[in-house]
Amino acid sequence: MTGNYYFAIVGHQDNPLFEMEFSPSNKEPKKEEHRHLNQFIAHAALDLLDESMWTGTNMYLKIVDKFNEWYVSAFVTAGRIRMVCLHDVKNEDGIHKFFVEMYETYIKHSMNPFYEPNTPINSPAFEKKALIYGRKYLTG
Amino acid sequence: MSRGALKAGEQKKVSGELLSLTYGSLVAQLVRDYENVDEVNRQLDRLGHNLGVRLIEDFLARANPGRCHDLRDTADKIQQAFKLYLNVNVTIGSWSPAGDEFSILMDQNPLAEFVELPDSYSNLRYSNILAGAIRGACEMVQVEVLVAFAADHLKGDNNTEIRVKFVKRLEDAIPAGED
Repeated sequence: MTGNYYFAIVGHQDNPLFEMEFSPSNKEPKKEEHRHLNQFIAHAALDLLDESMWTGTNMYLKIVDKFNEWYVSAFVTAGRIRMVCLHDVKNEDGIHKFFVEMYETYIKHSMNPFYEPNTPINSPAFEKKALIYGRKYLTG
Repeated sequence: MSRGALKAGEQKKVSGELLSLTYGSLVAQLVRDYENVDEVNRQLDRLGHNLGVRLIEDFLARANPGRCHDLRDTADKIQQAFKLYLNVNVTIGSWSPAGDEFSILMDQNPLAEFVELPDSYSNLRYSNILAGAIRGACEMVQVEVLVAFAADHLKGDNNTEIRVKFVKRLEDAIPAGED
């Protein structure tokens, strides 16, 4: 099962603001249990993420945790919004570029006066952008 | 209040993004306070009206446009004002056969940059302040107009269209009691 990605944006209260899964187009859909596992793994990685957040000045924290065959990469924005990506293949370059693009998309979305920071993101435009960048940098 | 080193006739410029973000915060706060979209539309129109009655003086002083002989001149002056105050080029079109109605077409609206209307506010006329401003400004020069939004980019249309309809010329009314 290679090339699967689970992307989540986590707010200040460890609440998920946005989640999306990417998998190569020729795979069959995953079972229900795996989806709960992804959220669990991401949540567990937050502690390690918070620790490594303060050790350097980079926004991209590379791989912060590993669970069985899943690696967890992380990215922290200036406003301490955390983005995590679970993946089973090492794709540092692609994931880094994906994080940067999602960061820009997030900035544009947060300029919307009707969006309250730290609330779930429900915009179809945001989802579309995430899909496009995911296909381009992760599974493409 | 010090005005800095502004010479006569010079205009202080602000960043377009600052305007967008400020107006966005204003509308978002109004929506939170009133909780009723129609009421917010009304308030934005009132805000625009207050803005328009004051802005017209500044416009006449700055641009010195001269008298309007018919509605087409008025439309041209409104176009000039959009350029002067919002730095946006609008086009005038869709004249009615009787010549008393026209449309202002904006293909980019600086007030609504970055904005995405949530579904619960689909009736919100986000740029209603513009409609109120046009109405207020015309009222101060003795022209009564009805202004409404015919299309809005935020609601999915291609560009933003404001429809202006001439109602009547206002005559100065003598206050009651005097004759």
